[in-house]
Amino acid sequence: MSAYRLDYLDQLESEAIHILREVAGQFERPALLFSGGKDSITLVHLALKAFRPGKFPFPLVHIDTGHNFKEALDCRDQLAATLGEKLIVRNVGDTIKAKQLTEPKGKFASRNALQTYTLLDTIEEFKFDACIGGARRDEEKARAKERIFSVRDEFGQWDPKLQRPELWNTYNGRIHKGENVRVFPISNWTELDVWNYIRREKIELPSIYFSHDREVIEHEGQLVAVSEFIQLEASDKVLTKKVRYRTVGDMTCTAAVESKASNIDDIISEITATKTSERGETRIDDKVSEAAMEDRKKNGYF
Amino acid sequence: MDLLRFITAGSVDDGKSTLIGRLLYDSKSIMIDQLEAIERQSKNKDEGEIDLALLTDGLRAEREQGITIDVAYKYFSTPKRKFIIADAPGHIQYTRNMVTGASNADLAIILIDARNGVVEQTRRHSIITSLLNIPHIVVAINKMDLVDFSQDVYNNIVIDYAKVAQSLGLKNVTYIPLSALQGDNIVEKSDKLSWYEGPSLLHFLEEVEVQDTINLTEARFPVQYVIRPQTDALHDYRGYAGKIVSGVYKVGDAVTVQPAGIQSRIKAIEIAGKEVAEAFAPQSVVLHLEDNIDISRGDVIVNAAQPVKTAQELEVLLCWMDNKPLIPGNKYLLQINSRVVRSVVRNIEYKLDVNTLEKNEAPSQAVLNDVIKATIKTASPIPYDSYQALRANGGAILIDETSHVTVGACMIQ
Repeated sequence: MSAYRLDYLDQLESEAIHILREVAGQFERPALLFSGGKDSITLVHLALKAFRPGKFPFPLVHIDTGHNFKEALDCRDQLAATLGEKLIVRNVGDTIKAKQLTEPKGKFASRNALQTYTLLDTIEEFKFDACIGGARRDEEKARAKERIFSVRDEFGQWDPKLQRPELWNTYNGRIHKGENVRVFPISNWTELDVWNYIRREKIELPSIYFSHDREVIEHEGQLVAVSEFIQLEASDKVLTKKVRYRTVGDMTCTAAVESKASNIDDIISEITATKTSERGETRIDDKVSEAAMEDRKKNGYF
Repeated sequence: MDLLRFITAGSVDDGKSTLIGRLLYDSKSIMIDQLEAIERQSKNKDEGEIDLALLTDGLRAEREQGITIDVAYKYFSTPKRKFIIADAPGHIQYTRNMVTGASNADLAIILIDARNGVVEQTRRHSIITSLLNIPHIVVAINKMDLVDFSQDVYNNIVIDYAKVAQSLGLKNVTYIPLSALQGDNIVEKSDKLSWYEGPSLLHFLEEVEVQDTINLTEARFPVQYVIRPQTDALHDYRGYAGKIVSGVYKVGDAVTVQPAGIQSRIKAIEIAGKEVAEAFAPQSVVLHLEDNIDISRGDVIVNAAQPVKTAQELEVLLCWMDNKPLIPGNKYLLQINSRVVRSVVRNIEYKLDVNTLEKNEAPSQAVLNDVIKATIKTASPIPYDSYQALRANGGAILIDETSHVTVGACMIQ
């Protein structure tokens, strides 16, 4: 019977496809949140496996902070065009203007927290009842607690103490009008699983994941790209370094890592040997407090 | 490389968090920044001790109270296997959370404090393990350092637990003496336990055969979604998308679509757009049938030679999970895999004492964390298997129609 044995990546893939199809089967107006990063690109690849030769039963939705890497945006547009799937983009800049929100100040003024406003507006505009996202439980300890079908109230809030029991592979997506469900098909994948899957499936990624020369400044041990979105001070030394990105978020809150890894094999070797977590190494926004992610999720963040 | 999902249940006192912390730490799955973060918070940092519980307790309330409230999932791998740990609370008031974590586990680690032996909590966790039909059990006899690594202490606990295992009909029980705090028998075998001839915990977890937890003899395929592109090129394409929850499907197999009972044959099987001759659990596939019949989400395609039970009246063991009580006569939605039907809980036969396994007189209503035997009547027929025989097609949830919350877990008898 050993012929009927699945490799762990096949098991994770099958689980993710099952979850995506549950979304298609249970919701009327789902959406797939797509950023152009490796995790959401992986989700799109899984959706192809789940629904082809049919169309996706959901549009791709990007909440664009205006501070994104051009390479990620290009990859996003190109992928949506190649697949012939619908892409909806909503801009945080527009929300700031319409709602007269206050732009965050400071050297690395990040619109990351303001994304939530645009996301909630977009959910309301299109009456989305489920939003699929590429979050993983290994990323952060609040995420380690979250269900695969995570119910949010009409304000988008997560209540970690009142999560629905989630048993077997049976997902309960029933909600009241105005509520929505965030769905995380790759909850059980680790960073390394994603990379191994990308290698196996030969998935194309934005070039910033691979080693390249970039002008950066050093900030508390992290390398931040020089861009129009951060304010340089006289004391900042601009250096050109060989870097790559381990995650792709805003240019203001994502740090680069020094690396010569120019192909997937090298990246996997680096990640296997690393002693720093993905978010710890690359996210400037998680360090605010011990419960930074839990608090943001409670307020409607992904 | 394959995958092992296991659950550890217990409280901080049992050394559960230390054990998980040790597995993660010794398998190099804890990163420097995560260690620094817990060092900053550890209360005894002056003494240079790291509180590994802070690593697993992810919510502010849990860290403040020093308890585990809800299941956290942790990941680590060795060159042999990827592991998913469901780290569940052990207190009786969080039984529902333990049930949630146990539902997908291939293996349960039951922690025993060597100083205390088999206690009420050991029995409760074993009963839940048996209710949820977790295929493998490791009895981790922890804190051996506090009993001078005594073989007699270990032997007596094994004798005591064997009685529990026998009364519950537990199979595949493995006993491992260890000290999570000092790392004895966790990754490497310990010299201090030289009388113990079995493997270290990690070695056992790497080697235990879990392929047998997947049923490959009864073919069950709940339809999740129908793919119908309706384009000119694919005008006649009609594929049934779903996951094979058990068994094997081959092109040409005679199948029955339940609950309607319609017969057909498998015309084609696709995995991610590629045609294959056969597919097996737990693969996600698309099935095509010879005949054009009405099949929709919630129907189950089974191998005609491996029939499924179909009924409208179900005997279940039910774990109640809501703060509002279960009142017999109330209507709930029953969901088994992708099928959702209205149902009514008819009567409660008895209540199970999860500490002793005694059957107590039926209460008039069940409250949070109660495990009861009940009869459920459904509005339309349910294709199912007995949970103890086929976990993948014998577990159902109950949903409150007004709050939409998942309120019960049913193990169909």
